[in-house]
Amino acid sequence: MKVKNILKRLDIISQCQEYKLPLWQCPQFFFLIMGIITIGMIISGYVFFTKKIDDPLLVARIVVGLGVVLLIINVVVSRSFGRVAEANQMKSEFIRIVSHQLRSPLSNIRWSVEFLTSGKLDKDKASQQKHFKILEENIDRMQELISKLLTVSRIEAGTLAPEVEAFSLNEVTQDLISKFKPLTEAFNVEVLLKVLPNLPKALGDPSQIKVVVENLLDNAIRYTQRSQPHSEIYLGRGKTVEKGKVEIIISQRGNQLYFEIKDNGVGIPKDCQKYIFQKFFRGKTASKQQTLGSGLGLYISKSIIEKSGGKMGFKSRLGEGSTFWFTLPTK
Amino acid sequence: MKKILFIEDESALQQTFGDVLKQEGYQMIGALDGEVGLKLAKSGKPDLILLDLILPKIDGFEVLKKIKADPETKDIPVIVLTNLEESEDVQRAIDLGAKNYLVKANYSLREVVEKIKKALQ
Repeated sequence: MKVKNILKRLDIISQCQEYKLPLWQCPQFFFLIMGIITIGMIISGYVFFTKKIDDPLLVARIVVGLGVVLLIINVVVSRSFGRVAEANQMKSEFIRIVSHQLRSPLSNIRWSVEFLTSGKLDKDKASQQKHFKILEENIDRMQELISKLLTVSRIEAGTLAPEVEAFSLNEVTQDLISKFKPLTEAFNVEVLLKVLPNLPKALGDPSQIKVVVENLLDNAIRYTQRSQPHSEIYLGRGKTVEKGKVEIIISQRGNQLYFEIKDNGVGIPKDCQKYIFQKFFRGKTASKQQTLGSGLGLYISKSIIEKSGGKMGFKSRLGEGSTFWFTLPTK
Repeated sequence: MKKILFIEDESALQQTFGDVLKQEGYQMIGALDGEVGLKLAKSGKPDLILLDLILPKIDGFEVLKKIKADPETKDIPVIVLTNLEESEDVQRAIDLGAKNYLVKANYSLREVVEKIKKALQ
């Protein structure tokens, strides 16, 4: 495995293809060129200094020093290059995904309207109802995506001010679990809520915290390992999928409320974990499991929690599920 | 009756096309992810495949590649029906053997049905 990883790292061309950049703009290629320049400078430095200085120990020290400085410069510059390339790649992936996400509900709406107005369904009330339902669901989807984009712009403009009050985090969570019942049934997921006794009320903006819990619950349900919504509808198969499990625990740690949500889902690959709270980022396992996410929910959630005086984090292992947590100040 | 396999994760579109194609006298079988889509391409013996590109489990490009690599399915015409319209996505799908590439937002339902009819002639 290790040898395979080393060989993979040496394959500069395919790594550059992943960044979708020309070779000369690719950080790996740049690192290679800088490496060659470093070696060249060390050799010419050695030749130059042996002619000028008689003491071989001093020459060795100068050459080693020169080599170390060049190597440090090389690593720093290549890393910055790498970050720029990653950001660039994420930006183009964002445009690709968001335009797809905005257009999908629009084409669903457009085609259902076309079908409804074609006159072909005039006598079929049941089909008409079905297409009105499609319209309703897709308008909701558009509205949700637009409101997420607006929240992001408010976060960035610093205008998302919480209206702080004391509220029951337990009640907010319970209401949402009831609201999510149709989704949990569709995904064959069981949600358990465990609330420790005598918890104080949380301090924060309940409508904003509701958004956070909603995002976390939605993710936990959607990314459950075996969830396959509706697959039996079109295949005429019986339900064979195992139940997914989501567990929520609300407790107290010091003077903060501690909310934890644990799923037995697909988990987050290690190389994706550092990007998970970045806006528009969608992990590879996430995209494979669910194609509808916008990559905004976790960014919004973390911003809200931090603005409310809490912290948010997660731990996850690929194939073994994820646990997301946040804290909130108490009354 | 000609059979069309529709590989698409949007259940709304599965329903719309299910109804429209039935009215046009076709039989439609649907798959909501790439994995089931590939299985149905083999076992369902469709006359035409309508394929979305952003799909759960196995993405549309991979599905297309596998359909075209399998002697049993390689001759089934595939129309890509997606909302991705970057030229590199279009080129990639055509290179992999798609007969046609339709961007959903640019076509009316009637126009898509016309393209399907034409591909089946």
